Amino acid sequence: MIAEAVRRSPLADYTDRFAALSTATDGALSIRELPFVSQVDLRADPKDSDLMQRLATAIGFALPIVPNTVTSREDRRALWLAPDEWLVVGPDGQQGAIERELRNGLNSAFGSIVDVSANRTVIEIRGGKARDLLAHCVPIDLDARVFSAGRCAQTLLVKAHVIIECRDESGLILYVRASLATYAADWLLDALTE
Amino acid sequence: MLIPCPWCGDREDIEFKYGGSADVAYPRDADAVDDATWARFVFFRPNPKGQMTERWVHTAGCRRWFTLVRDTVTHQITTA
Repeated sequence: MIAEAVRRSPLADYTDRFAALSTATDGALSIRELPFVSQVDLRADPKDSDLMQRLATAIGFALPIVPNTVTSREDRRALWLAPDEWLVVGPDGQQGAIERELRNGLNSAFGSIVDVSANRTVIEIRGGKARDLLAHCVPIDLDARVFSAGRCAQTLLVKAHVIIECRDESGLILYVRASLATYAADWLLDALTE
Repeated sequence: MLIPCPWCGDREDIEFKYGGSADVAYPRDADAVDDATWARFVFFRPNPKGQMTERWVHTAGCRRWFTLVRDTVTHQITTA
């Protein structure tokens, strides 16, 4: 008998624990995994304005040039990772489409496009206490006045490299390496007890 | 200690890795230099008490290398 291939997200085992948390805090804080988010890593020269224009046309919006910011349109988002590197994010199953669009935009210019969807999983932390919870584990300023909607940052969650994105006032998105996802989840759940 | 990354701004020092002294030039004519000069290039670094120009990399952030001047006594940082 041939076993059917089944996709499993890194935090599939934590679904119940996260759900219990929302119930326990009366919805003041909720954590959930957003599994299988499409992620494509793009490297290109930001000084080449023709290329930037082509890429913007290809994905439908301009890539962020200001460090640690996010631009988006509908369900696609682009996160600034470095002066010449971005993470283009979309819903499950779109990695192929994103990759094709970017490749059309890049054309023959020098750059790289890599599907890194399996690299990280995404954790959404929502609620009034979301920033307080994360502040226990990361060394950056998460105050709403500084880290507002449309900002992102790469930093350390204790010892794990993470990307944090502020989607709106009370919602923070965490991109964690798949192999460190349980470590991060354990930390978050532990930090809650304080 | 906060270290000013030229891209990300002030961040905690745990996000960075140290890259040693800056401005260590590779010998211009590498084939012609003698062992003593090589040894000096490979192993000898300044160790001042006071201002030192250093390389740092923002490993946990944008992963860019940059140069700054740090006072080895007070850890006061001035951008190079």
